[in-house]
Amino acid sequence: MKAEGRKMSKGKMVLTLFLTFLKIGAFTFGGGYAMIALLEEEFVGKRKWLTHEEFLDIVAIGESTPGPLAINSATFIGYRQAGFFGSLASTLGVVIPSVIIITVISLFFDRFMQFKYVQYAFEGIRVCVVYLIFSAGLRMFKGLKKKPLTYVIFSAVAVLFITFYFLGIGFSSVICILACGCVGLFVYVMTLRKKPAVPADGACVSAGETVHLDTEASGKEGGAEK
Amino acid sequence: MIYLHLFLSFLKIGAVSFGGGYGMISLVRETVVSNGWLTDTQMMDFIAVSESTPGPIAVNMATFVGFSQGGVLGAILATLGVILPAFLIMLLIASVMRTFMKRKGVNAFLEGVRPGVVALIISTAVTMGLTLLFSIGKDKLSINVFGIILLVVVAGIAIIYKQLVKKKISPIVLIMISAAISLAVNAVFGA
Repeated sequence: MKAEGRKMSKGKMVLTLFLTFLKIGAFTFGGGYAMIALLEEEFVGKRKWLTHEEFLDIVAIGESTPGPLAINSATFIGYRQAGFFGSLASTLGVVIPSVIIITVISLFFDRFMQFKYVQYAFEGIRVCVVYLIFSAGLRMFKGLKKKPLTYVIFSAVAVLFITFYFLGIGFSSVICILACGCVGLFVYVMTLRKKPAVPADGACVSAGETVHLDTEASGKEGGAEK
Repeated sequence: MIYLHLFLSFLKIGAVSFGGGYGMISLVRETVVSNGWLTDTQMMDFIAVSESTPGPIAVNMATFVGFSQGGVLGAILATLGVILPAFLIMLLIASVMRTFMKRKGVNAFLEGVRPGVVALIISTAVTMGLTLLFSIGKDKLSINVFGIILLVVVAGIAIIYKQLVKKKISPIVLIMISAAISLAVNAVFGA
């Protein structure tokens, strides 16, 4: 399957990737999840660059790493097909239509919003946006693992967020997300310790990972604050 | 320096935004409101535009906020900021760290992050909804009755559609329906 892709010269492959992702970026409405169906049709169905399992792997990795899912999959597929320049071309391809379209809209947005009838329409649209965000959250909630840790973290974050909001205290989602991750790690390390069946070197590995992730997380934060 | 500020703000958002476009909304809202870049209402208006235009919601929002603060260059820098962490992380995973995601520690970290992100999304919707539907004025509470009715209608349409067609209704269709209802009601009864 891969061989089919490699028949192309690398330059041609980079161009194909760019154009394919440009098309996907220009025609997918509704964000990352809507894009998944299109990506699968294009790369698994039509071009046969990936098998179905490989594709599912990419989606799973994309969901577990930060950033827009569309960017994650574009980078991964691009790298697989044509190395660094493939990933660069794919990522730029998927982003360029958005940047152009939104820039054009932005030019007229303020003037557009001044029309009386547009304001009428947006009064309703705002209500709809609240519903869309809420139902997206609900859908994701149903997909969560049903275990105590999930419910504890979910309720703690929701209560803190809403209380802070109405008291007017600044809330940092960044710190909140990293803290939730650390709680997950902490619980994992504790369960390892409790189980006597796990050999000592198992605990060593997990401790190493904790340190590694902590430095990564603080590095990210430090970098952003500079 | 607004350009650097935009770039770094969105870099930070891109680095911790698990859970796709919706996972990013609480991060973006916090950033734009605390910097005084946009109001909560403008943010909601723009989420609707991001939903109704092609492309990743995250990129659309970054471009919009970037443009509103720093023109075309601002739009490009904010977008670069939001995609750079995802790009670099995926590059690392695709090239040298193929098995990184399978590590137990990474998995444990994510199991903590996921419910947190979902809680952020739902709480964002709840706080947005409450401020939209109930505004506390000087000494009295004003209730947006039309908003509450519309919310029930929109939810009803979405749920009935899902029961009948066995598919989620497209966000764009739902946005257009609520725009039409609101337009008609306001035009007939006056604002």
